[in-house]
Amino acid sequence: MKRWNRRQRVLAGLILSVTFLAVVCIAGSLCTQQALTTDLSQKNIAPGAEHIFGTDWLGRDMLMRTLKGLSLSILIGILAAAVSAVIALVLGVASATLGKTVDSVITFVIDLVMGIPHMLLLILISVAMGKGLTGVIVGVALSHWPSLARLIRAEVIQLKESPYIQISERLGKSKWYIVKKHMLPHLLPQFIVGLILLFPHAILHESSITFLGFGLSTEQPAIGIVLSESMQYLAMGRWWLALFPGIFLVATVAVFYVMGQSVRKLIDPGSVHE
Amino acid sequence: MKLELRDVSYRYVKDGQKILEHFSLTVDSHERVGIKAPSGYGKTTLCKLLSGYLKPVAGEILLDGRPLSSYKGYCPVQMIWQQPEFAVNPRLRMKEVILEGDQVEQRVIEGLGIEEDWMNRFPAELSGGELQRFSIARALGRRTRFLLADEISTMLDLITQSQLWHFILEEVKRREIGLIAVSHDQELLDEVCERQVALDKIGAVGK
Repeated sequence: MKRWNRRQRVLAGLILSVTFLAVVCIAGSLCTQQALTTDLSQKNIAPGAEHIFGTDWLGRDMLMRTLKGLSLSILIGILAAAVSAVIALVLGVASATLGKTVDSVITFVIDLVMGIPHMLLLILISVAMGKGLTGVIVGVALSHWPSLARLIRAEVIQLKESPYIQISERLGKSKWYIVKKHMLPHLLPQFIVGLILLFPHAILHESSITFLGFGLSTEQPAIGIVLSESMQYLAMGRWWLALFPGIFLVATVAVFYVMGQSVRKLIDPGSVHE
Repeated sequence: MKLELRDVSYRYVKDGQKILEHFSLTVDSHERVGIKAPSGYGKTTLCKLLSGYLKPVAGEILLDGRPLSSYKGYCPVQMIWQQPEFAVNPRLRMKEVILEGDQVEQRVIEGLGIEEDWMNRFPAELSGGELQRFSIARALGRRTRFLLADEISTMLDLITQSQLWHFILEEVKRREIGLIAVSHDQELLDEVCERQVALDKIGAVGK
């Protein structure tokens, strides 16, 4: 068999990752009902042919709950990461182009947000927003942008020195024109990679605060809820309640990470030397 | 119109060595001036000062008696860079590069030998000489009053060189655009310019 080159391997990995996520999302949205229905005659069954992930103390199928929880987490992750990345892009570009005062204010805010532990900030915002879906999304979105904003700011500062941008200024082009025509197209690859690499963080943090009880409400079968409820049954030997959702959560995070790295390799050929 | 450097000094690093010191030069918009000097004597620095890319540490740069920095929007002094591949955004098609200029006339585009099908290409799909034609066309916009040519033909073959210079000369004479040509090619300067200025290691000595 012909060996695949690096680009083909990366592309194959990317397609596999996207497929995995798509399957989880679609399956999750199809099994909302099954994830919630209780059947006390089927409770506490260990993994087997009928229930491959087993059932919990209310007889709910753990496979369904895992899929539903993951799809919810992915949805929250995508929303929060997208909002976060857009904040990063706007503030990063503004910081580098709108003069010294704006720059020092934004740099100060970046340092400030980075100085507060992620989890603490996340919990504070989530609680202040009344927890639930909105609280989690706003919390994750508002706490994850600084590192990407910093990266974009540095990139724009470097870009501003390129001759073609200086020429554009001398040709009387407005700041907005230069940002739109020269900067954004250049920043797009980095933005997309940053966005994808924000997903795993967003998902993990969403699960964490939900696990700690500051996130989604217990009626929603989010992965954090599933895990935190399962904790009390671990000591009773029902290992499957936490194992499968946990493995799937880790797998999802890893898949997003692989996706981010793949996209980076595809659009930044220089990374071949790493 | 008159472009004037009055007693201009410049240094790149604060407290570092000066590139230019107390340098003065006046160019009229119907004049063609050559500037010659070996590498490292501040030719490009002088061009960047004259076209407003850099601000002098001392002295003034005046256009028609008004400080050059007070001209907002389109700068009437346009510089053509030595390396065209850095002067165009690699992500823009050539027709967009031309549109960045100030209503560049079709006559200019044709006169520089730019072919119709180059317009839809990206910079990486053109040669250095082809790209330089676009740089020149873009700098020859409607409101350009002075043209600075910083070693623009160094990497071109002789035929292309003479083609481009022929057109530039015709154009600046016709539109009474002041030309400042920078080169270390004495023959070229003799051919193109009416008067020449030599840069000293620091400052300048007129010829």
